[in-house]
Amino acid sequence: MNARALCTLILGLLLPLPALAQGFAGLGQTADGYALPERGQALEFPRDHGAHPAFRIEWWYLTANLTGPDGQDYGVQWTLFRNALAPGDPGTGWAAATAWMGNAGLTTPRAHYSAMRLGRGGIGQAGVTTTPFAAWIDDWQMHSRAAAGDDPLSVLDLTASGTDFAYALTLTAEGPLVLHGDAGFSVKSASGQASNYYSQPFYRVTGTLTLPDGPVQVTGQAWLDREWSSQPLASDQDGWDWVSLHLDSGAKLMGYRLRGGGGDYAVGTWIAPDGTATPLAPGVLGMTPTRLSRVAGREIPTVWRLTLPRQGLDITVTALQEAAWMDTLIPYWEGPVRVSGSHAGRGYLEMTGYE
Amino acid sequence: MRRTALSALLSHWRRHPLQLVSLLLGLALATALWSGVQAINAEARASYDRAAQVLGQDRLEQLVPSDGQRFSQDVYVTLRRAGWIVSPVVEGRWFRAGHSVQVYGIDPFTAPQGTLPGAVQAGGGIVDFITPPGQAYAAPQTVADLAGQEGLPPLIAAEGMVPGILFTDIGIAQDLLRAPGRISRLLLAQGQPANRPPLAQIAPGLEPRAPQEQADVAQLTGSFHLNLTAFGFLSFAVGLFIVHSAIGLAFEQRRPMFRTLRALGLPLRTLVGLLAAEVMILALIAGLVGIALGYVIAAALLPDVAATLRGLYGATLSGGLSLRPSWWLGGLAIALAGAGVAAAQSLWRLWRLPLLAPAQPRAWARASARGLLRQGGLAAVLAGVAVLAGVFGQGIVAGFVLLGAMLISAALALPGALAVVLAGAERISRGVLAQWFWADTRQQLPGLSLALMALLLALSANIGVGTMVSSFRMTFTEWLDQRLPSELYVTARTEEEAARLRDWLTPRSDAILPIWKVEGPVLGQPAEIYGVADHRTYADNWPMLRAEPDVWQTLARGEGAIVNEQLWRRERLSLGDPVPLPGGVERPLVGVYSDYGNPRGQVIVGLADLVAQFPDLDRRRFAIRTDPAKVPELRAALVADFGLPQDSMIDQVTVKQISLMVFERTFAVTAALNVLTMGVAGLAMFTSLLTLSTMRLPQLAPVWALGLTRGRLARLELGRAMMLAALTMVLAIPVGLLLAWVLLAVVNVAAFGWRLPMHVFPGDWLWLGALALAAAGLAAAWPAWRLARIQPTELLKVFADER
Amino acid sequence: MLLSLEQVGKTYVSAGMPVEVLRGVDLCLGRGETVALTGESGSGKSTLLHLCAGLDRADRGHIEVAGHDLTAANDAALAALRRTAVGLVFQQFNLIPSLNVAANLAFQARLAGHEDDAWIKALADRLGLSDLLGRYPEQLSGGQQQRVAIGRTLAARPALILADEPTGNLDEATGDAVLDLMMELVAEAGAGLLMVTHSPRLAARLSRRVHLSGGRLAA
Repeated sequence: MNARALCTLILGLLLPLPALAQGFAGLGQTADGYALPERGQALEFPRDHGAHPAFRIEWWYLTANLTGPDGQDYGVQWTLFRNALAPGDPGTGWAAATAWMGNAGLTTPRAHYSAMRLGRGGIGQAGVTTTPFAAWIDDWQMHSRAAAGDDPLSVLDLTASGTDFAYALTLTAEGPLVLHGDAGFSVKSASGQASNYYSQPFYRVTGTLTLPDGPVQVTGQAWLDREWSSQPLASDQDGWDWVSLHLDSGAKLMGYRLRGGGGDYAVGTWIAPDGTATPLAPGVLGMTPTRLSRVAGREIPTVWRLTLPRQGLDITVTALQEAAWMDTLIPYWEGPVRVSGSHAGRGYLEMTGYE
Repeated sequence: MRRTALSALLSHWRRHPLQLVSLLLGLALATALWSGVQAINAEARASYDRAAQVLGQDRLEQLVPSDGQRFSQDVYVTLRRAGWIVSPVVEGRWFRAGHSVQVYGIDPFTAPQGTLPGAVQAGGGIVDFITPPGQAYAAPQTVADLAGQEGLPPLIAAEGMVPGILFTDIGIAQDLLRAPGRISRLLLAQGQPANRPPLAQIAPGLEPRAPQEQADVAQLTGSFHLNLTAFGFLSFAVGLFIVHSAIGLAFEQRRPMFRTLRALGLPLRTLVGLLAAEVMILALIAGLVGIALGYVIAAALLPDVAATLRGLYGATLSGGLSLRPSWWLGGLAIALAGAGVAAAQSLWRLWRLPLLAPAQPRAWARASARGLLRQGGLAAVLAGVAVLAGVFGQGIVAGFVLLGAMLISAALALPGALAVVLAGAERISRGVLAQWFWADTRQQLPGLSLALMALLLALSANIGVGTMVSSFRMTFTEWLDQRLPSELYVTARTEEEAARLRDWLTPRSDAILPIWKVEGPVLGQPAEIYGVADHRTYADNWPMLRAEPDVWQTLARGEGAIVNEQLWRRERLSLGDPVPLPGGVERPLVGVYSDYGNPRGQVIVGLADLVAQFPDLDRRRFAIRTDPAKVPELRAALVADFGLPQDSMIDQVTVKQISLMVFERTFAVTAALNVLTMGVAGLAMFTSLLTLSTMRLPQLAPVWALGLTRGRLARLELGRAMMLAALTMVLAIPVGLLLAWVLLAVVNVAAFGWRLPMHVFPGDWLWLGALALAAAGLAAAWPAWRLARIQPTELLKVFADER
Repeated sequence: MLLSLEQVGKTYVSAGMPVEVLRGVDLCLGRGETVALTGESGSGKSTLLHLCAGLDRADRGHIEVAGHDLTAANDAALAALRRTAVGLVFQQFNLIPSLNVAANLAFQARLAGHEDDAWIKALADRLGLSDLLGRYPEQLSGGQQQRVAIGRTLAARPALILADEPTGNLDEATGDAVLDLMMELVAEAGAGLLMVTHSPRLAARLSRRVHLSGGRLAA
């Protein structure tokens, strides 16, 4: 997930109150007063599952590739963003200077549903707690059902609803947490912007989707991203293409390409089936759009070629539903994909900044 | 052909400019008064509509507390977390030092789209908005009104906002309104997730309320605007008398011309069409002038109306007057319609006039005995309608039907009544000149009757409205003395300060009477519920209209409730009826008190009773009984020793001043319209006399020839006009008193919910009578002067000319 | 034939009683012909004239003016006929009081839609009105007013002139002068003239005289 895209997103979503948005206006440029990620600072759990108020921006970001009883593919997205509106102690009550935003998406081969929620932190409408672990905004929640002593993220209940859809999933981790970059210190540009970034990519999922036609029982895989930062983006970067892929071999791949600036900056993490993470240095991962589709009046790459020569990977990533459009005020594309080529599998693709 | 004929018709006006002026002036004035009132009403309506649109209340469903009391914001969080897409609002009035403003606290994060004013959306940083001291958006005029007030967040002027309200963040508003953690209601977004748990299960104290297209205030002020409209209409009607007489005269004078034109081959249809066109052209010109004048009138009256509406109903109007197309088009339409009505009779007569009918101008609008009888019959029918409306009618519309029917009936009956009086005078008068005077006056009556009817209307309206206002003022002043017995009223800043204040005051005053209230729905409409302390101040002073013997003890025991007159009348309550309080408790009605100037219902229960039911109520206001002489001293001590700010207290004298000021402003508009109506009636007299004077020569010449000087004749003419005015005035007094009675006993009760005792002020009548005489004298002066100076040859022509 | 009446009858209701004023009048009047219509007061002279002018309708019989059948014409057609074909001169001068002499003179011609300024100017000269053009009717003597009325009628060049005691309101000398002028102008214009008069002296000056008595015409 790209912070600039997030900023744009929030800017758009908050159009009813641009006053809000002005609080984020300088996000790409400066981080005065906020904490910055530091290389070598070890992440500690379960503490780091919770919020990091000293940092400007943070998210709990879950994508799931699901299959119905008839073999139909579905995709689900659940995101909670935390945005500090001012550095320092956010305060309490209505005056708490923290904005929370929830995004939920549900993709079927025929349709795409999305919803958005906003709230502020001080009154209990939205927030994250660590013991027990829970992240919520309104009735959308992600809360832990892990046994005492286990990682709180190892078993999660997840719910969200919109006017025309809802879902309730149970996630069970079948592998370890994965730290990206240098032990969770993830560099985002050549000029050194960075974030703290870890994932739980090994979820096995069961649950129910509620669609206009009725409920659907589903099973599948899910991937949780956790990232926080204060100045995660170079000022001249303007777009972002990100994939998280579950390969049938049991391996996982996270990769992203930052567009603009002094050229594209593509990095990622190769995750072996046992959870061993290999950071992919710039230039190692090849990400090339191979087909553009007309989506919501723009040209969006919905088929990609990904290459990773050292792993013998040369795959085609194809959108399950080209119209997986997050229909928000400044929309972006996010949806499930199928993987074919040297490896088979499935995953999620997110693309922002296609104006 | 048409142009030639039209220019011939119009040439009449060139030769009779005065007639033209009176026609145009009459119509312009009528249009001006009417459209002025309409402009004010339209402005108010627009303000109410905008108020109704605040926060999208006109299109969004809401969740409101069933007891009308603010509730905990935890309910909001519970609802959100259960999937209800709601947005919280806390609202209330913020008072400080005589200023007050409606505060809306909103949550910009969850407010449904399109509910916030544009300026709030386009404003500065969100952090500045939500963190203390916050920011408050308001209309520029409201920002100006509140300039320099302490305790408010920084104000930001935003064009296009409804005046009189502040928009601020909910957290800031909770502090301003001293309602921490409380919210007033919830806006329900359109498009809710499916499968939400039912409201009754998660928020049982809330109930849904449908979108409201009308603000409460629009309902409250409806009667006030109807009042204005009625007066505007009265003025318009008086103006139409002038127009009718001017058009009628112009038609009569041109009858020979009509005949000639037709003899020369102008088809009747064309002639009537041209005359109708002529009337419409004149109406258009007069209408435009009238609209311009109406705008001026409205602009002049609007501040008073705005003050009235604010004082009486808490409704705020925007200061500016905008020129709405619907308004000026409406003004033109009413001018055209009015002229059409005024001309219809003349056109109809012309249409039916045989070509070879005598071309001599008939004695203009000669009223035969049959005509008078017919008019009298119509008057009797209308009087019957008035009686029916009075006996069987309900509500304000019936009140105005009664009023209108009564006034028109009196006006119609006037010529007949005057004819009877004049005939009587003629019969008992001695001397040939006196007899001629009476007989000639009677002969003139038809020509003057319209003007006299207008005068009667204006005079009775004046007497009626004057009596009502004076009665109201007298009652209101007495009532204020009863209602405000306490010498000083204080409001603490916090509950804690309130408690300390009470302790501090106890040894320093005779009594401390809490003024604690809650607001909530009573019998379906918003009302205030006060708690009253068990103290003899109330038993001694409170203005009860009816009560059970031990009413105050009953209240003190928590076994009863008393309500104000408005509520009592509206709900037709009787003593002993249950009065349901917000929250479901009922108390039997044990008394009714008068409560002038308050548009809402009010209930009073025992203080302990109120506190038991609404433990969260605001306990910061007190009334203090003490020796009036010690008030300044006590005030000074409160500021110096206790540390209460000056603006947290207000003494009895000031409250009374403010109340009376509100009162005076309430009737300032009525008074202004009254004066204008009087002016129009005076003008009607003037134009009628003037036009009559030109037709009077054949009647006067013989008398002159028989030996009366022109000066004598002129004096007689002057005396005649004043005598007629005096007679009209005498007849106007009973009509005016009847009008006052209807206003006090019917219209006010329907409009405001209270009935006032009627007081009579004969001194005012003398003054008004003098005014009427002066108006008639002035109106007759010029024609009389012209008569005194007329060339004898002009009089001789009467004989030379075998007309 | 300019004017032809056949068996024209007219009955009025007066004081509840029908009064048969005309009982079958026959009359013919050709171009350039001048006819005096005489009769006692109340004999129906003015009524007959009004019928010829289309100001009133006959109950029986047939009237034709300049080829138009009056009995069949509607009000609008009658009005059009009065505008264009017929000129009326009344005993009362019937000038438009709010228009000045010039405007009154030109009035009917304008109404008829054929104003001829030169002709009107010539008429004004002939009628001795040239110095009075800016005055209003009330500022004129009776003779002057009647001259304006005659001028107004002739200005429209009607084929048939109907005059009802045109000099009745004037003293003898003035009346004679006005009549002379009218006769002259009628002759010049080649129009027909039917003039009601009770004066045998004036009647004698016209080419023919008919007498109305008992509701019928006699030569």
